[in-house]
Amino acid sequence: MRRYWRVLGLFWGTAIAAELEYRLNFIVTALISLGGLVGSLFGLFLFYRTGYQFEGWNWEAALLVLGLFTVLQGFSTTILIPNLNKIVTQVQQGTLDFVLLKPISSQFWLSTRVISPWGLPDVLFGLAMIGYAGRRLGLGWADYGLALLPLTFGAITLYSLWFMLGATSIWFVKIYNVTEVLRGLLEAGRFPIAAYPVAYRVFFTFVVPVAFLTTVPAQTMRGEGSGWWLLASALLAVVLLVLANQFWRFALRFYTSASS
Amino acid sequence: MPKAFKVARVMLSVYYAYMVEYRAELVFWVLSGTFPLILMGLWVEAAQGDRFDLTPTELVQYFLAVFLVRQFTVVWVIWEFEREVVEGRLSPYLLQPIDPVWRHFFSHVSERFARLPFAILLVGLFLLLYPYAAWLPSLGNLVLGLLAIVLAFCLRFLMQYTFALAAFWTERASALEQFWFLLYTFLSGMVAPLALFPDAVRAVVLWTPFPYLIYFPASLLINRPENVAQGFMAMILWLALFWGLNRWLWRQGLKQYSGMGA
Repeated sequence: MRRYWRVLGLFWGTAIAAELEYRLNFIVTALISLGGLVGSLFGLFLFYRTGYQFEGWNWEAALLVLGLFTVLQGFSTTILIPNLNKIVTQVQQGTLDFVLLKPISSQFWLSTRVISPWGLPDVLFGLAMIGYAGRRLGLGWADYGLALLPLTFGAITLYSLWFMLGATSIWFVKIYNVTEVLRGLLEAGRFPIAAYPVAYRVFFTFVVPVAFLTTVPAQTMRGEGSGWWLLASALLAVVLLVLANQFWRFALRFYTSASS
Repeated sequence: MPKAFKVARVMLSVYYAYMVEYRAELVFWVLSGTFPLILMGLWVEAAQGDRFDLTPTELVQYFLAVFLVRQFTVVWVIWEFEREVVEGRLSPYLLQPIDPVWRHFFSHVSERFARLPFAILLVGLFLLLYPYAAWLPSLGNLVLGLLAIVLAFCLRFLMQYTFALAAFWTERASALEQFWFLLYTFLSGMVAPLALFPDAVRAVVLWTPFPYLIYFPASLLINRPENVAQGFMAMILWLALFWGLNRWLWRQGLKQYSGMGA
């Protein structure tokens, strides 16, 4: 375990050092994520401006969901996209061989090799939005603390799904955009699940578990989520994480390396 | 002129063959454009209470039309052009007796044909989900709508290619497109029909090129045409503007170009 922490420190230290060469980039990404934020606020405002509201979610509560979504978006820009979207390249060029030869878990290597600080603006803006909405709703530190639990589960769920999709590239080499499908569907997480028609709700709870990524944490934060949702979200995270690992081991059996 | 036709025919068939080789990839690209369909769900649910100017049926039709228009106007030239410039692969293309942009243009056009069947399949699926929303555009609107889609594609391609030319000066030209894409997402009518925007915002947005890329063709397709002549005029004006800018940047850029091995 200690070894893994040390390796992680080295991975991220070098990655950040490399990325900091592009400092102007930081301003650019911050501007883009600010623009995205304004746009999403505008989109949400279009629903609320006539007095309509998502069932059981007033403006501030909907902002919580949007804030959580933005934080998760930052998380995926920081960790998921730079690592998991590269699995395809590794398979394509056969460089996965070198990863497999290393004396640490290949899943660990593939999932944590680099970190990109460019997701940071999203995380910060998301947190600011949660803070603003939370104050209007009168939330306390205990509420935020409690919501950290389902949010972590949500992040694990997201990682596991993403990783499994990335792992399918062992079979179908040229499908680097399969994660784009997932990303497109995840957009649904900008809004509380109650805002959708029944068919959508079923789909986004049981097929693509978007509800567990943003709605459940927001519910917990507002003190409305029952323990069952929390339990379900924990169960989902654990099951998917184990599944991702098993799936990777299974997939590796079919890895034949490039040019062999 | 016959030469132009021949070039177009050859390029279309070559790129079409190339595109259908990666069918699975194409299906995934189609599926990744589900954003309008997600918003369709939200708006249909929201419109149940008659609080908005459009009925749920009209909203289903609108967002299906948006989905289709979006499928026909997807453009990615900046990512390819940026790589070509940064890696110096543009150089051999410059030697050929044809402007390198046509290569990109025809690969986009032929991809449309390869994408078409999947996109229509998905629309069919949603019509099963909302059978009451099935509709047919009138012949006049269909013709105008298709024309608007073609122009929208050309405009979007031209705008993105113009930004792509910034790659001659910077390695991150795609940042420009990312920013532009944000405006496009939120102002083109992809998140909501412009009829639901606040009046002041709509008045400003109509001066930008964005609503003509999605909202204008989509509203023609669902038989709710608005200021048709004015819309086409705006598209042509924006096309002319970006055309001028594009050619100027291209000439300046070539002087600047010193890609790998050039």
